[in-house]
Amino acid sequence: MHSGRSPIALRGFTRRYGTNTVIDDLTLEVEPGEFVALVGRSGCGKTTLLRALAGLDDVQGQDVRVPSSRAVVYQDARLLPWKKVWENVALGLRGPDTAGRAHAALAEVGLAQRSHAWPLTLSGGEAQRVALARALVREPELLLLDEPFAALDALTRIRMHELVLNLWHSHRPAVVLVTHDVHEAVAMADRVLLLERGQIASEERIASARPRDPVHAEALRQTLLSKLGVVPSNEPSVPSVQNSVLRRNLSTPLELSPNASHEPTPA
Amino acid sequence: MSKPGSKMLKSRWFSPLALLLVWELGSLVGWIPRGTLAAPHEVLRTFGAMLASGELPSNLLVSFGRVAAGLAIGISFGVALALISALSHQGEVAVDSPVQMLRTLPTLALSPLFIVWFGIGEAPKIALIAFGTVFPVYLNLYGGIRSVDVRLVEAARSFGLSRSELVRHVILPGALPSFLVGLRYALSVSVLILVVAEQINAARGLGYLISEARDFMRTDVIVVCLLVYAGLGLGADSIVRWLERRALAWRPQLVEG
Repeated sequence: MHSGRSPIALRGFTRRYGTNTVIDDLTLEVEPGEFVALVGRSGCGKTTLLRALAGLDDVQGQDVRVPSSRAVVYQDARLLPWKKVWENVALGLRGPDTAGRAHAALAEVGLAQRSHAWPLTLSGGEAQRVALARALVREPELLLLDEPFAALDALTRIRMHELVLNLWHSHRPAVVLVTHDVHEAVAMADRVLLLERGQIASEERIASARPRDPVHAEALRQTLLSKLGVVPSNEPSVPSVQNSVLRRNLSTPLELSPNASHEPTPA
Repeated sequence: MSKPGSKMLKSRWFSPLALLLVWELGSLVGWIPRGTLAAPHEVLRTFGAMLASGELPSNLLVSFGRVAAGLAIGISFGVALALISALSHQGEVAVDSPVQMLRTLPTLALSPLFIVWFGIGEAPKIALIAFGTVFPVYLNLYGGIRSVDVRLVEAARSFGLSRSELVRHVILPGALPSFLVGLRYALSVSVLILVVAEQINAARGLGYLISEARDFMRTDVIVVCLLVYAGLGLGADSIVRWLERRALAWRPQLVEG
């Protein structure tokens, strides 16, 4: 597969720490404007892969092609506590009217009224929205989301899913979402990649429109979970919740534990 | 429904005022001889006279100048050394061990050497204060820079900040709380050194006033000077507090306060 303007292309990417191979001969391509979710349990190499894509690790001597305009949203918002919210959004921003652009980005995530607040006075959800605004104000070709919803409560998380999808629709960056929440991946992405021992063990394309059909999504989720070696739950499917992107069990958000009970089946 | 008397007893001012009263009465009755400790009213009168004659303000100004000069040099060196040492590996190799070695010297023990080097004028006094204040600033700023949250540095780096922008927007603001702690130490150290340095061959300054008063057994003048030293310490502390309130407004406990 060859596409000239692919914003991300990793070929034969390998990463070792000492004798421990974290990423092993991995090839990944993401189309411009595509939303890809990377799913895997802790220690599967998700974060290492994301750091390489974000340019945080030295990738010299490897075939890594990523656009220079990229932005990361981390699990913890990582706002500078000594800068006002809007100054955090404008941090390192080049070009004309950085303040105006920062305020516009904050308005887009619904936080215009908090732009002069100190970051430590924000709630977790608000801080994460500021982090989103800070990433999008750069109009990145590649948006990297490193488990950005993991520390949020279930309701805030659903609202954040909707916000991210809306922003993705209006800005159209390529998105790589790293998550260990299969629900989330199935609800949001065009393509779900399963990362296993530093390799892409499985790939699922989801062509259906969002919000996803609950029955189809549930089936996909079960498939992915069984590939991850998690015993699928035998609960009957309940009717969809109206205001969620996807039906989900709010009382027990499903997340993969690092030591699931079964060995994964190779794809 | 408390009686006015019990309200007075609960006031924070009650016991200091009572002590002052005991001191005054003790002096009037003759239990505390003048040669041991002058009575509060005499101290007050002497204070007024020294203010009026200009003796106190002019000598205070001299002492203040010594502290200011010493601190300016000491803080500048402390900041410069900490930046060199904390921001680069070669800098740390070159700077940190000599600084750590010098730090163990008791500053005041250096005064004979400094007198040999700088004579008996203003220079050795200022040099002693400068030497003593380098280390609290160096240690705290160095520690502050090294303990800046690496996750914040990484995030800022991923948003394309250059090395100098990183230092200006992330590392220095992150180290500021520690620096202010160091500054506070430096200010109290500077007053401490001033007291001793001024009593060596000084012809002006608060320390000179004290040693002269000692020769004439003027306990009232000594007490006035001690009070002025205390006032200097308090003043220095409130300056740093003011700086902290302004510079660290982003801290939640200060936002609410």
